[in-house]
Amino acid sequence: MNSTTSTRDFPLLKVQVSDRASVAAPVTDPKVTVESLTVRYGRRVAVDAVTLPIYRNLITAIIGPSGCGKSSLLRALNRMNDTIAGVQTSGRVLLDGQDIYTPGCDVIALRRRVGMVFQQPNPFPKSIYDNVAFGLRINGLVHSKAELDERVERALRQAALWDEVKDRLDRSALQLSGGEQQRLCIARALAVEPEVLLMDEPASALDPISTAKIEELMFTLKQHYTIVIVTHNMQQAARVSDFTAFLLSGALVEFNPTPQLFTNPADPRTEAYITGRFG
Amino acid sequence: MSLRGLDRSFILLSGLAVLLIVTMLAIIVGNVVWHGWEPISWEFLSGAPRMGMTEGGIFPAIFGTVLLVLLMTIFVVPLGVCVAIYFSEYANRQSWLYRWTRQAVNNLAGVPSIVFGLFGLGFFVQFVGGWVDQQFYEGKLTYGQPAILWAALTMAVLTLPVVIVSVEEALRSVPQSYREASYALGATRTQTVFRVVLPQALAGVLTGGILAVSRGAGEVAPILFVGAAYYLPELPKRLNDQFMELGYHIYVLATQSPDVEATKSLLYATVLVLLALTFLLNLTAITIRARLRVTGGLR
Repeated sequence: MNSTTSTRDFPLLKVQVSDRASVAAPVTDPKVTVESLTVRYGRRVAVDAVTLPIYRNLITAIIGPSGCGKSSLLRALNRMNDTIAGVQTSGRVLLDGQDIYTPGCDVIALRRRVGMVFQQPNPFPKSIYDNVAFGLRINGLVHSKAELDERVERALRQAALWDEVKDRLDRSALQLSGGEQQRLCIARALAVEPEVLLMDEPASALDPISTAKIEELMFTLKQHYTIVIVTHNMQQAARVSDFTAFLLSGALVEFNPTPQLFTNPADPRTEAYITGRFG
Repeated sequence: MSLRGLDRSFILLSGLAVLLIVTMLAIIVGNVVWHGWEPISWEFLSGAPRMGMTEGGIFPAIFGTVLLVLLMTIFVVPLGVCVAIYFSEYANRQSWLYRWTRQAVNNLAGVPSIVFGLFGLGFFVQFVGGWVDQQFYEGKLTYGQPAILWAALTMAVLTLPVVIVSVEEALRSVPQSYREASYALGATRTQTVFRVVLPQALAGVLTGGILAVSRGAGEVAPILFVGAAYYLPELPKRLNDQFMELGYHIYVLATQSPDVEATKSLLYATVLVLLALTFLLNLTAITIRARLRVTGGLR
């Protein structure tokens, strides 16, 4: 791990910290805007009226204790919560200004634009090649074998996996190590060329070396993608992200540039959490 | 009695129960093999019954059974897989449609097989068959009579719950994370079912098919009225032909023969053939399933 937060350039220095909500006012317009988003599982409120911007080509981390609703919030951004029975969502999520929760929204197209990587590496029990090609095939995005080959290679290169697997593309993906499997899942998500990449604790099931590789990868990926990462690991959030949102019991406590949130938190509850007094 | 004593006597009791079952199986199989081994010859397996079924072979019955079961599989597996997919992947568990259809399938499994036979006679033979004759054969009796087609369809209805339950179980055992990965890549529900879930559940689909086959191969009651023939040395050539069937042939040999003593050894041999056939089918299913497990489904 060569990059630390302190040595990285920080492009958005002009930040206003309001007395309570602490939402940053950015110089660029956000890629995704979450507006008073509430997610309910039956009667239980998992995400409670969260408002938050997600900026283009930056990494936004969502942190908080277990069960605080950070995964539910993340899954609301590509409407993965729709696949769970009994979930109700209210509020708005604007992707490039378009509300993804309007009745006419094409969820299939949305999920192509907003890719996702899960906590447990979940490659399909198919070959490495077929895993990466899956999204391209089902969406009919390629028209020839050569084009498919090229897009698969590009995705695997982007996920820094090409050199490791180029000689065994037809082998089962399940033969890869956990870290390789997770990078394969990233490659699979990148193959359809999404605009936003959601990562739900992508390294929590991995060893430290694999974790470092994933974090390294995120730095290169953010040149092309907008990334949102959920993590319970505060060091990881501090290392990789530009903005951090701290959630507690479904409500947003604080959203600020990462250096500020971790060195000079605006809310006493944030300070209590990052100094390890609860959570 | 002390707790420990109770514990011991229960272990003893359950051990005895297991022993009882194994012994019963051994007696049945042993008896059949012992008596049925001798008459089995190439002639017995390939010939037709002769001399009022006191001599000759059982080939028409073997052929009829295999054909019946094959036709049944063609009908029941696609239908059963579709219902299982609906239950496991599409149905809203709270909806009345789901609860009613689920209840219907459960009840179907509990219907006595003779009732299926009567249903087959009334519905397939008389209603559907009669209609076909009216429409296409100018009322000439062609399909409106017992036939292998109706027997296969009746058997398909009978074995449908078996297929549905085992395929559904297989579909549910496919990890949810595969479905999520597929959805997250922009796949529709149907794409997810056919490209991710079903290939993973293929072993279960096969198991369902084979379970249905081994259940169907042993049933006699449902086909009594809808196609099984008492004595018919010719093999069925068309879908509306009648046919001989092993289970029914066993019943005929045991109860309808003019000379029970003369047919006794043939009867044992026929039972052995039926047992071997079902065993072979089960073995095939287990082998295929084991192989699919090793390779982690089809690529």
